[in-house]
Amino acid sequence: MANKASTLSGRGKMQLEFAEACRRTWHFFKQSKLGLIGLFLILMFLVIGILAPLIAPYDPFAKNYSDSGRLKGLLPPSKEHWLGTTLYGRDVLSQVISGTRNALIVGVLTAFFVGIIGLNVGLFSGYYGGFIDNLLMRITDIVYGIPILPFAIVTLSILTRSIWWIISVMSMFYWPTTARVIRSQVLSLKERPFIEAARISGANHLRIIYKHIAPNVLPQTFVHGAFAVAWAITTEASICFLGFGDPYSLSWGTIIFDVFTSQVMYRAWWWFLPPGICIMLVVMSFYFVGRAYEEIANPRLKGV
Amino acid sequence: MKTYIFKRLALTIMAIFILATIIFILFRMLPGDPTMTVISPALSPEVQQELRHRFGLDKPLIEQYFVYMKNLICGEFGVSFQHGIKAYEIIADRFWNTIFLMVPSLFFAYLFGVIIGAYIAYKRGSKTEISVIVGSIVLRSGPIFWVAIIFLYLFAVKIPLFPTGHMRTPGYMGQGIFQTFFSLDFLYHLILPTLCMAIYYGCYPLLIMRTSMLEVLGEDFIDLSKAKGLSELRVIFKHAMRTSLLPIATSVSLLGAYAVAGSVLVETVFSWPGLGRLMVSAVLDSDYPVAQGAFLLIGLLVVAGNFVSDMLNGILDPRIRYR
Repeated sequence: MANKASTLSGRGKMQLEFAEACRRTWHFFKQSKLGLIGLFLILMFLVIGILAPLIAPYDPFAKNYSDSGRLKGLLPPSKEHWLGTTLYGRDVLSQVISGTRNALIVGVLTAFFVGIIGLNVGLFSGYYGGFIDNLLMRITDIVYGIPILPFAIVTLSILTRSIWWIISVMSMFYWPTTARVIRSQVLSLKERPFIEAARISGANHLRIIYKHIAPNVLPQTFVHGAFAVAWAITTEASICFLGFGDPYSLSWGTIIFDVFTSQVMYRAWWWFLPPGICIMLVVMSFYFVGRAYEEIANPRLKGV
Repeated sequence: MKTYIFKRLALTIMAIFILATIIFILFRMLPGDPTMTVISPALSPEVQQELRHRFGLDKPLIEQYFVYMKNLICGEFGVSFQHGIKAYEIIADRFWNTIFLMVPSLFFAYLFGVIIGAYIAYKRGSKTEISVIVGSIVLRSGPIFWVAIIFLYLFAVKIPLFPTGHMRTPGYMGQGIFQTFFSLDFLYHLILPTLCMAIYYGCYPLLIMRTSMLEVLGEDFIDLSKAKGLSELRVIFKHAMRTSLLPIATSVSLLGAYAVAGSVLVETVFSWPGLGRLMVSAVLDSDYPVAQGAFLLIGLLVVAGNFVSDMLNGILDPRIRYR
């Protein structure tokens, strides 16, 4: 019984701590104007991404015809088509809205995998030290040096061009920065008394790593996760711009690729500006949020 | 120090080796074999067999791998499927085009970045500082190919100051390297991509320079120079800047490596006949010998850039310990 009560109180304490962390986070975000702007923009894109099929005024893949049956190709913005139409009569606004979902899926999933790989490599490398550390860090160095975009292009030309392969290839190469940061944090954390205490009370290595050290490096993982979202979205757009994108999903990069290959690019600013502005806004907001969160995780950076 | 250099060098060579191995495996994973595009299925089986023999494709994989590695070391990438000449010759030609685009771009990126970065650090807390920082972050957030398209749209189409791409006017052929790269026609085509990359990549040294200047500006000798009555510009550019150039110096090769990897995008937008564009078109046309060679050369440049940056860090920054 006593045991149960203690876990309950433990859970209650954790909830309190969580509420406290949220309050502190919010407090900082309120101070960081850019962080707040970023947060707001991300929420906006999130809503657009989730509701994409509902709010898109037209089918993004459908060719639109006027009443007299003519293809509505390359029309400038109008009441019917807020952002005009493409050369093939597709609605630009609907395409950009559908692209939002794709970008967020790619960005968030890649950041998730990058976080998991980077966190684990950093934890094991920093905690065990010695041979394991050496091995993992040398692998990290090598992966860090490989040029991602050219590699992704060569790989995707051989594999099927799907969004899942793009996410996998990017996840395999973006983790080294996270791993290095986490490792350096773990190096100092493992010398702290509470780790010693855990070891003496009989906790095994894995328990110490995941239960005692990992929660302390999670904020740093989130910071790099936010940056990874930004990189991943840019890289995916670049891959799609070069024509190696998933033909069955609509990415902002694919839209710019379509403009670029259509040869009428310079007559249709409404076609190539919106997707680029969206990439810019999303990347920027994740960067701002990452920075704001970094200041919370590492107060020394404040004001720099 | 010596062991540090050797360890790094060994690691760098290993990275290149692994890159080459991955490429070998990837290209052997293709459906059919890499000669599908050159060996027509219409040929009689004996002729096909003969061709495979000539390309060395009838040997066991391990043996092919060693031949491949030996050829790579000699810079031998095979014969282009598309052009019928040695891939090496095509790649070498394009390599220089990329270098002559990258070097001026990075030079101006650092020139803008260092000067503006130093200036806004000095103007700390002012409206100018905030707008320059936000401006450079916003610019950096846009993907480079899109920024390049906007540059082309504004300065080649709306205001037709510059050509819309390519490296020289069609029909113009330079004789030898000197005439090719030191002619007015070439310079005219070079300005817009250089400007675009200089501004885009310049944001990076700008932000580094600002941070590093802020640290230096807090130190005593700056106050002393001011107290001596030296002019503002003199304090910034003579005294503070020299001390804060260290992080800038170590970032050059890193940004260079990054820019070379990104050349794939810029060269595509500006139709610049460089290494990056060659790689993309070779991959799209299934011209594998050329694609392999171009990729490995880009990889080599990037890995070498990282290596040089590590070395500079080790030499210039006394706080780094050698293990």
